[in-house]
Amino acid sequence: MAEFALPKNSKIQPGKRFPAKPGAKKVREFRVYRWNPDDGANPRIDTYEIDMASCGPMVLDALIKIKNEIDPTLTFRRSCREGICGSCAMNIDGTNTLACTKAIDDCSGSGVPIYPLPHMAVVKDLVPDLTHFYAQYASIKPWLRTQSAPPAKERLQSKQDRARLDGLYECILCACCSTSCPSYWWNGDRYLGPAILLQAYRWIADSRDEDTGERLDQLEDPFRLYRCHTIMNCARTCPKGLNPAKAIAEIKKLMVERRT
Amino acid sequence: MNSPDSLRSPVKNARGLGSARSGVHHFIVQRATAVALLVLAIYLVVLLVSLIGADYAQARATVGHPCNAVMLVAFLLAMFWHGKLGLQVVIEDYVHTPGRALACQLVVVFACALAALASVLAVIRIALGA
Repeated sequence: MAEFALPKNSKIQPGKRFPAKPGAKKVREFRVYRWNPDDGANPRIDTYEIDMASCGPMVLDALIKIKNEIDPTLTFRRSCREGICGSCAMNIDGTNTLACTKAIDDCSGSGVPIYPLPHMAVVKDLVPDLTHFYAQYASIKPWLRTQSAPPAKERLQSKQDRARLDGLYECILCACCSTSCPSYWWNGDRYLGPAILLQAYRWIADSRDEDTGERLDQLEDPFRLYRCHTIMNCARTCPKGLNPAKAIAEIKKLMVERRT
Repeated sequence: MNSPDSLRSPVKNARGLGSARSGVHHFIVQRATAVALLVLAIYLVVLLVSLIGADYAQARATVGHPCNAVMLVAFLLAMFWHGKLGLQVVIEDYVHTPGRALACQLVVVFACALAALASVLAVIRIALGA
């Protein structure tokens, strides 16, 4: 059955508190999910007080400050710090987003809650295990598939056809949308989820790709595609402002179109 | 990490049993019955409102009128068909124990079919004056 309560060893305990140094002027609190696979303990929420006078504007700045200056055991992924790599996707202030593009000032309340992406196995602290997510991406064969012989130079595309990829090609596969989707929580083993379906549509919509029918065949499945119930969490949470729900709806429309 | 699953590649797990290559039929019928119900449900409400204050004989005569009987049967078939499709989705969403999921699906199919047959028979009996 669907899981409505956390397993015993996942129940969150109160954690440590790291007060700001005396003399700190603008203190902001961060409540961070901590879990270490090596100590056998339950996850806990550690609270860090940070002087905003000496901290950058983004949540990632605060996390880096914590790791560098307060608690080097804090583990999280990060790379580009400008919203293009998708590494620092996490649940901040109740919404999945990128720590590097989420401004601390935009977080509500005095304490900013920071959790790993929801309903994923946790590797450590804020690092989720995305193995299955990436395998699902590989399973849709996300590359240009053609039958006609390769042209001498490149495969051409009209400006109009190129424009059909807008809103699709920008996806950075951060997994914010998929891990915000209740259908993906309950059936992520078989449901491809919004991110992978948007990527699948990115190739279906590509005028140069010649494998559209096979792509649709592979998606036509009660679980792979039709677990989407248009809940729309994906579109609401996408840090790049994309609309995976619309891409999924386009796939569903094509499924009907080739039957009628 | 020591389960046999961990020796399978992640792509093996992701590809699973492959695509069922079906699902669009469910999608189309669900929407078709929804559109039908939109019209039929309004008809039903109007019919029921028109029966306010009517006695048993009047109500029987109204339901037994061929037009009303046909629309009622259409409503019942569309409703139980749509209900079956919806409950099927709920079970697929939330029931993951293999045997239990199949059992639930069968119960839904049988319950919806029986309820549809019984209610249609009731309308037919009234319409034919049994």
